[in-house]
Amino acid sequence: MRYNLTARRNSLRILAAAVFALLVAPAAAGSPPALKAGVFDPPRQAPDFSLTSSTGHELKISQYRGKVVLLAFGFTSCTEVCPTTLNTFAVARRKLGPQAADVQVVYVTVDPHRDVPARLAKYLGSFDPTFVGGTGTEDQLAAVRSSYGISAEKKIIGNDYTYAHSSFAFLIDRAGRIRGLMPYGHSPDDYANDLTILLKE
Amino acid sequence: MRARSVTLLGIAAGIAAALGCIGLVPIQTGSRDQIFEIPKGTWARRMSGDKVEILPDHIRLTLGLRDILVLRNHDDVPQIFGPTLMMPGQSFRLPFERAAQYQFACTAHASGQMTIVVEPNPATPWARLAWRARELLHSTR
Repeated sequence: MRYNLTARRNSLRILAAAVFALLVAPAAAGSPPALKAGVFDPPRQAPDFSLTSSTGHELKISQYRGKVVLLAFGFTSCTEVCPTTLNTFAVARRKLGPQAADVQVVYVTVDPHRDVPARLAKYLGSFDPTFVGGTGTEDQLAAVRSSYGISAEKKIIGNDYTYAHSSFAFLIDRAGRIRGLMPYGHSPDDYANDLTILLKE
Repeated sequence: MRARSVTLLGIAAGIAAALGCIGLVPIQTGSRDQIFEIPKGTWARRMSGDKVEILPDHIRLTLGLRDILVLRNHDDVPQIFGPTLMMPGQSFRLPFERAAQYQFACTAHASGQMTIVVEPNPATPWARLAWRARELLHSTR
């Protein structure tokens, strides 16, 4: 009987402590992260690659050292996610004013059969003439995706096909390190915020 | 008989008052992080046939209280973890600022998808009570 009473008291104490902790735990949360994007710690070097650029030349991510790079993956036949993302990049870049000269958008296709350099150039140019696309063989592009943790799956729809692919964008700093990952759906203001932070470093 | 009724009434009133207080007091959390970690040796366990589930395919976050997803890779090899590829020893901290449902491709799940539901900050007493009850349940699991 005595044991039961003690056990009950202990249970009540534990319950009271849990309720107390939930009610009055100090609000010692750290200050919110400066970037709107997800942040890597420590940041790793962006894996380099060698693809064919939409300009017809070689495209390497390392050639943009000194600039802040927005890197995204997609395909020109995409009807929703890719045009929205690229338009967001374009608007964010315009918001930066003269600083935009130090921001490079790189868009790597997941659809090498349709996205030849000329098609990439025309498509990207409709958003911003400074955007650069990258294409290559199936194997080259698969290797690039693997090194960045990007998924892309071909889906056959009747006589046509589409791709389900990762829809986020990487923010790469001037030193060529992957600093952030911005999920799909963020506003141009969020991008402009993060780009401004990285440009100031 | 009457004394017993009064006692029961008192207990019921006490519980009601306590619940009311719990619902009225603003919620303060020590941390806004919802942390998931890949322990060391996970890759080796997977290679030996263990089915190691670390990230649930549905994650619930609450704006202003627990709205930062934190992923940490303590293993010796790179891992696809949620939406991202993480190097050994690397962490990834993703804040959310809008209540919505977010879908991420995630090869770690059989469905190939991970869903993060970000709920609005509980503004009413009932919502606060429900949030606290859920947290209490979660902490005792």
